[in-house]
Amino acid sequence: MAYFLRCLKFILPAAKTTLLLTVAALGIGLVAGLLLAVARIYGGKAAAGLASAYSRIVRSLPTLVVLFIFYSLSSSLLHISGVTAALLALSACTAAYQSEIFRGAIQSLGTGQMAAARSLGMTRPMAIRYVILPQALRLAIPSWSNEAAIVLKDSSLASAVGATEIFRRAQQVGAAHHDYLPAYLACGLIYFVLTFLTNRGLDLMQRKFKLKL
Amino acid sequence: MPQPILRIENIHKAYGKTQVLRGVSLDVYPGEVVVIIGPSGTGKSTLLRCVNQLTVPDQGRVWLEGVELTAKGTDINKARERIGMVFQDFNLFTHLTAVQNVMLALTKVKRMRPEEARAKAMAELEKVGLADKADLYPAELSGGQKQRAAIARSLAMDPEVMLFDEPTSALDPELIGEVLEVMRKLAEEGMTMLVVSHEMGFAREVADRIVFLENGVIVEEGPPEQLFQDPKQERTREFLWKLTELYGNHGGSRSRRRPGCS
Repeated sequence: MAYFLRCLKFILPAAKTTLLLTVAALGIGLVAGLLLAVARIYGGKAAAGLASAYSRIVRSLPTLVVLFIFYSLSSSLLHISGVTAALLALSACTAAYQSEIFRGAIQSLGTGQMAAARSLGMTRPMAIRYVILPQALRLAIPSWSNEAAIVLKDSSLASAVGATEIFRRAQQVGAAHHDYLPAYLACGLIYFVLTFLTNRGLDLMQRKFKLKL
Repeated sequence: MPQPILRIENIHKAYGKTQVLRGVSLDVYPGEVVVIIGPSGTGKSTLLRCVNQLTVPDQGRVWLEGVELTAKGTDINKARERIGMVFQDFNLFTHLTAVQNVMLALTKVKRMRPEEARAKAMAELEKVGLADKADLYPAELSGGQKQRAAIARSLAMDPEVMLFDEPTSALDPELIGEVLEVMRKLAEEGMTMLVVSHEMGFAREVADRIVFLENGVIVEEGPPEQLFQDPKQERTREFLWKLTELYGNHGGSRSRRRPGCS
């Protein structure tokens, strides 16, 4: 038990890296995912095609593979750290998944909302910004919450390219004492608590912003 | 004869292989109420949507007060501010309250200050009898109230022409009257209206002209008395008969006679 607590204490500071990676990747993925979804639904043939190809390709690759592609790129070309490579990879992946979430939400609104907005003289960008997205984002919260939990857990992959996040710390403390199980259990506990808090937070947000339909 | 406020000329529209409109021309004069009737799938809604270019016709032209909307380089967004549209399923913005629904285009399109927009929106809601529902969300309104809010939203833009696309078709029968009442008042105030509807009572009483559209062409048009009592086409007589059988004369018509039986 004392060792388990020592492990927790050793790992916990790395939660900062895990959270930073997760929040930053989710944020970048949110913006990129929204753009991809809008491009797919309202863009021209070229933009819609590109967005759809991006989503299809990235969703077909394991996140770990994407991570190592970015890592190889970064070591040979960009000279960026493992953490940065991990951030880019996680962002690139979640952008694709989030674009699917937002696409579904926008499409579930039907075409009437856009027609009504346009009939009032709004331009298409105006209608998207003031009518479509405010509703689509609210509808997307439950799926988005799920995606947030996935990204949080996928951030553990960053350990593979040398980022010192929760899982990496667990490996380190386990190796130092030749006793892995308590280390991984401590690591698991931290993930559980973080995921639980994330989902609760987003649940509250969903209740607050729920669309009455 | 004054100049038509709205001129629709030779509109064609196909969806894939289905030819929906095959050369429809129609002039609407200021203050006129034109009701378009016809079997479902004959292009009535498509015709309305071709007016404000929500649907772009394959061929044909549309003018609003002498300005061609179908011309390249016409600012269609500007033109749409002058053409209100009311939809069958209301299409209120679900994330906004009734008054916010009315305010949105005022602040974003007309760039009014929020307090000014709110005052205008409240005045419009007042007109359709919804001032006390201003802060409710669409989900909290009945169908009739939703449609009246949608009408207020369109009217707030001060349009010169109003398009109504089956405004009462999605309503429970007991809610139809309140919407027709608002439309009737609007007609009395001199609004130019192009209405797709099967409310025969309304058409009879309020329309200056009824247009019978079938298979993408205008079969017959004329004042209600003439169409109801002395249609030139047998097809018109048949259709009007059926409509009155199905929908009755509700909408406050004083006349209870059946079409064709004078």
